[in-house]
Amino acid sequence: MKLNKIILSFVSALVILFSTSVASFAKVVGDKIILGAAISLTGKYSSNGVHTQNGYNMAVDRINSMGGVKVGGKTYMFDIIYYDDESNPKRAAQLAERLISQDGVEFMLGPYSSGLTKAIAPVTEKYGVPMVEANGASRSLFTKGYKYLFAVLAPANLYLDVAIETAVELNGGKPVRIAQAFEQDAFSQDVRLGILDAAKRTGSEIIIDDKLPKELNDMAATLVKVKQMKPDVLVVSGHTKGALTAVRQISEMKVDVPMLAMTHCDAAKLSEQHGANSQYSLCASQWHKSLTYKDDFFKDGMTYAADFDKEFGYDPPYQAAESSAALLVFKDAFERAGSFDKKKVRDALAATNMQTFYGNIKFAEGGQNVDKPMVLFQVICDNGGKCENKVVAPLKWASAELVHPIPKWSER
Amino acid sequence: MDFLVFQYPMITVQACLDGILLGVLFALIAYGMALQWGVMNIINIAQGDLVILGGYIAYFMYLYGIHPAWGVIVAPIIMYFVGIAIYKLVINKVVDRDLFISILATFGISILFMQLMNFAFGADVVLANSGYGTTMLFDNNVVLPNSKIFSAFISIVFAICLVIYMKKSKLGRAIRATAQNARAAKILGVDTEKVYAATFGINAALCGVAGALISITFTIHPYMGLPYTIRSFMIVIVAGLGNLPGVAMSGMGLGVFEEFADYILGTEFRIGSVFLLLVLILVYRRFKLSRKREYLK
Repeated sequence: MKLNKIILSFVSALVILFSTSVASFAKVVGDKIILGAAISLTGKYSSNGVHTQNGYNMAVDRINSMGGVKVGGKTYMFDIIYYDDESNPKRAAQLAERLISQDGVEFMLGPYSSGLTKAIAPVTEKYGVPMVEANGASRSLFTKGYKYLFAVLAPANLYLDVAIETAVELNGGKPVRIAQAFEQDAFSQDVRLGILDAAKRTGSEIIIDDKLPKELNDMAATLVKVKQMKPDVLVVSGHTKGALTAVRQISEMKVDVPMLAMTHCDAAKLSEQHGANSQYSLCASQWHKSLTYKDDFFKDGMTYAADFDKEFGYDPPYQAAESSAALLVFKDAFERAGSFDKKKVRDALAATNMQTFYGNIKFAEGGQNVDKPMVLFQVICDNGGKCENKVVAPLKWASAELVHPIPKWSER
Repeated sequence: MDFLVFQYPMITVQACLDGILLGVLFALIAYGMALQWGVMNIINIAQGDLVILGGYIAYFMYLYGIHPAWGVIVAPIIMYFVGIAIYKLVINKVVDRDLFISILATFGISILFMQLMNFAFGADVVLANSGYGTTMLFDNNVVLPNSKIFSAFISIVFAICLVIYMKKSKLGRAIRATAQNARAAKILGVDTEKVYAATFGINAALCGVAGALISITFTIHPYMGLPYTIRSFMIVIVAGLGNLPGVAMSGMGLGVFEEFADYILGTEFRIGSVFLLLVLILVYRRFKLSRKREYLK
């Protein structure tokens, strides 16, 4: 009996605590616009989750220190409520629900990864809460008819499209033979669909089409096939472990392939972990600091990179840059909407047409950004073994010439 | 389905060699599991996580400029004490209990280890470069990374040392006596508590060696432990407890099976095929047991 009483009073204390704390949060309190975000601070996405959070924080500080957001003649500052989704989609959906229905948040920032964005999107859609996300590129996010989802990044199917186009171009416009290996997750499978499209468009043939398991750490079998069948291009996408495993085993097994294109090289710190063995790998990237886009807050990519490094002590990966861009989009939309009405902000977001240091941003019907192409960089090492990522395609931003075909291992 | 294996005969050779080298490494992990399963009647779900922790030890040595191959010496020493600590904190409370309780307890340890490693080392996928180069055979048609050969060699060395130790040393004999009949051993003066702790420590040390080798040959990540637990479980189920040649054979068999499943069914079915094989073997074993009315020793 006594125990029951204790439990009862404990629970009621919690209830009271919650009901009072809810009152202190709302969409806009005083001069603060409160955004909500569930981010992977622990769990398997935690490193990219932290990049995302750093990107958000950097932009919030910058916008606030440069005068904040002006809505209806009044100045507001950004603030973000973060929760840790533990890299777990179910948890992310619960937290989105909590941010909206308990904390009263009316504007959301996206989580890290396509999978988690997929889990959150139905919730924000249900409540009509505009969400600007910067780390969910899966094509399936943009075909569901979501009205309140906006992504500042290019969709996943465009990641390695450029690589195939470039390979065909270098082959004198003739079709190429493609070998591909993709992890079985939403993102990588979308990248695969993009390659299938590109292959169809260029008449290229896919001679190896492997799917990699989630627990991937050995792709020797795929590489043996590559060695035997000698494709013109090898495409690999399996997040950081895919990139690391591919380069490790390609160098160990001395697999010669004229072009190797991957995703997630910079997140995997490829050139740092593999040094000269990673040389000549082509990597798809949403952004690179050498691009010449400009805005008033971060000036350009180089300045952003320098400021980011000063604040967080490392070179910003594209995951951080695109997250910062999401805040710029929100600011722009609030000011154009001139109101905090969710519907009006949503309409203003849909009409976004701006340039940020990260790239041009203009949303299609489905919410994806259609105004920013992907870039390809190549890992280039100098004689001292110091490696750098150089943009090689599209040509407009190229800071180095593409090395093609990749020199044979016997000649390196 | 892919029939490259038949189109390119060299792939068969490659698959067999890759499988055997990989299988020897699996067998080392499985031997640790068989040992403590036999002695303590505990199925250690955290086996794979101990392996990954061993891998991180080698990785950190590599980060500080020490060649990761030294990890095969350092990792088992550290892991031995980690094993003893786990035994003193958790395992000694479940050792005489139901098998189910021990599975739950080690499952808990596994989750704890994953989260702690994630917390301490971050969620990045990492690896240690050995710089060992490559061996080319058959006119460059078959390639074997020297790191894999090194792993297999070290695994065999450790397995042999362990067998000799179990046969010759006092503790080894005590461990074997406890495995045969813990009560009788106790009556005859064997300190079973000490034997249990040492067994768990030795198992953790073996995981440490395997982990160091995995960081050199593959990649490590805090959440990558489970496939190693499953593989070793499977090898032990096939080989039976206390059957070292059996463990070695079934380890290599599993390695080759995985490689062929990879070539024929596709990489996506690689781990899946291991699970399927496990189910089939369990069903077959059960069938055999029910006919012969025998029990696993």
